[in-house]
Amino acid sequence: MIRFENVRKNFGDTEVIKGLNLEINDNELVVLIGPSGCGKTTSLKMINRLIEPTSGKIYINDQDALKLSPIELRRNIGYVIQQIGLFPHMTVGENIGLVPTLKSWPKDKRDKRTKELLELVSMPPDDYMDRYPSELSGGQQQRIGVARALATNPDVILMDEPFSALDPITRRQLQDELFNIQEELKKTIVFVTHDMNEALKLGDRICIMRDGQVLQFDTPENLLRHPDHGFVETFIGKDRIWQKPEYVRVEDIMIHNPIKAIPKRTLTQAMEIMSGSGVDSLMVVDEKDKLLGIATAGDIRDKWDKAKRLDQVYKRDVLSVHPGDSIVDVLKMMAQNDIGYIPVSDDEGTLKGLITRSSLVKVLGEKYLG
Amino acid sequence: MAVLNEYISFIIERSDQLLTLTGEHIYLTLIAVVIAIAIGVPLGILITRVKKLSGFVIGLANALQAMPSLAMLGFMIPILGIGSRPSIVMIFLYSLLPIIKNTYIGLSNVDESMLEAGKGMGMTGGQLMRMVQLPLALPVIMGGIRISAVTAVGLTTLAALIGAGGLGQLIYRGISMVNNKMIIAGAIPAMILALLVDFVLSLMEKAVTPKGLRK
Repeated sequence: MIRFENVRKNFGDTEVIKGLNLEINDNELVVLIGPSGCGKTTSLKMINRLIEPTSGKIYINDQDALKLSPIELRRNIGYVIQQIGLFPHMTVGENIGLVPTLKSWPKDKRDKRTKELLELVSMPPDDYMDRYPSELSGGQQQRIGVARALATNPDVILMDEPFSALDPITRRQLQDELFNIQEELKKTIVFVTHDMNEALKLGDRICIMRDGQVLQFDTPENLLRHPDHGFVETFIGKDRIWQKPEYVRVEDIMIHNPIKAIPKRTLTQAMEIMSGSGVDSLMVVDEKDKLLGIATAGDIRDKWDKAKRLDQVYKRDVLSVHPGDSIVDVLKMMAQNDIGYIPVSDDEGTLKGLITRSSLVKVLGEKYLG
Repeated sequence: MAVLNEYISFIIERSDQLLTLTGEHIYLTLIAVVIAIAIGVPLGILITRVKKLSGFVIGLANALQAMPSLAMLGFMIPILGIGSRPSIVMIFLYSLLPIIKNTYIGLSNVDESMLEAGKGMGMTGGQLMRMVQLPLALPVIMGGIRISAVTAVGLTTLAALIGAGGLGQLIYRGISMVNNKMIIAGAIPAMILALLVDFVLSLMEKAVTPKGLRK
C-alpha cells in the first residue's frame, strides 16, 4: 500500500502539490491523470524519491519512504519512463538485467529472469537478447521498458506516461498487454497519463488531479456515472459514458412510466388503455405495482371475449431486468430470446420501467448520432 | 627531381639523428597528453557533478590556452629550468582545455531521460557515471583527446627552444643556418606524426562508440 499524507511540494515560490492525501491499495492499478502541470508526474516521482516532498509523509507498506535509503527504495520499485528509457549502449538483455546487476544477482539467475521476462512480453529471447534498442520498433522498446521494470519482481511499479509516444495502434496493443500482465501478476501500479481513454481502459481507480490537488478519486464506473460538477465533468467528457457501453445501465435508458394495468381490468378496458396511450402492450401489475406479467394487443385479440379479464390472458413468467444491469447484458438477452420488450423491476419485483426495441433505438440514436 | 633527391639523401645521411629526435618528440608528446588525459578527464567529470566549478575551471583552461606558447615557455624557465620537464608541463597545459571541455560537454549532453532512468532504477551517482554517462560521452571525450594530441605534436616542436630535443631542433637549427633542407627534414616528419596521431585516434574514437549507437 502506498499512502500520501498531506504531501506538499514547492518548486521555488510555486506550490505544485497542495496537500495531497492519497491511498493506493495493494494489487491495484491507479491512474493519475490531469492536464499538464497538475502535479501527476511530480506525485509519481515522489514515490521513488526522484523528487523529495517539501512536507508531509509518504508511506510504502507502512514504512516511511523518506527514512529509507533512496537507492534501495528505487531498486525495489519498478520504473517505466516516457519514450526512450532504454540505455542505447546496452543490449536488450543488459537493459532488462540492469537492476538485477545493481543488486548483484549471479549471472545465471539474471539470464534466466531476463529470458522469462522476454517471454512474458512476447519477444523470443533468442532473437532479442543481444539486440540493441535502436534495432527495435517503438512498441518493442517500450515492451522491454515494461519487462525491465518487472526484473526483480517488485511489488510496486511506477509508470510515467509509458505509451504516450507510441502510435495509436501500438499503444492499444501495449495497453492490452499491460492489462493482461496485470491480471496475471497483480502488482501495485501507479500509472500517469493524460489520455482519458487509457485511464478508463487500465485503471482500477482513477485519480483526477488539477493544480496540485485531487479532484476526484474513484473507480472508472463511478467517475463516468457521477463525475463531480465542473472540471471533472468537462475533463472526462460529459457523454463519455456512452463510449463505454458496459457502464451504461438499464435505468439510464428505460422508459420510466410504462403503461400498466391490474389483472382485474376487462379486455375492453385494456384495449382502451393501450389505444389511449399509443402502445401495443401493457405491464400487468398488482395494487402495489409488483410486476405480474405482460399483455400484448396480440394476446388480447387472439383470446378476445368481452367478458374476459386481463388475468385470463396475460403472459406470466416474463423475463425482467434490474435497473442496475448493464445495457450490454440487456441487448444480449433481447437478441437471444428474440423479444421486443423487457420490463424492469427491482429486487422486490416492483415495476420500475420498461425497455423496448424502439426506446433503445431512440436513446442510443440520440447519444451516438447527436 | 634533383631537389627531392637531395632532400632524400640529406635525410638518409642523418637518419640516426632523425630517429632519435622523432623518438624524443613522441616521448614528450605522449607523456604530456597522457598526463593531460589523467587530469583533464577527472576534472571534466568533477565539474559536471559540481556545476559551480565549471565556469572557473573552463575559464582557467581557456586563459592558459590563450596565452602565447612562447611566453608560457619563458615563464617556465625560472620555475622549472630548461629541458624536458618545463616542455612537458607547457604541452600538458595546452592539451588540457580540449579534454576538459569535451569531457564536460559530452557528459552534460547525455540525455536527461537517460539520467532519470538510471537514477530511477536505483543507480548510485558513481554507477550512473560509470554505466551510463561515461559510455555515452566517450566518443565526444575521445574527440577532445584527438584534438589535444594533434595540437600537442605541433607544440612539441617548441620544446627544442629550451633544450628538450624533438623534431623542433632540426627546424630551429635550419632557421638559424638558413638551411631549408634541415627545416623540411624536421617539419615533414612532424606533420606525418600529427596526421598519424589523428588517424589512429579517429579509429579509437570509432572503437569506443558503443555498439548500439553506431550507425
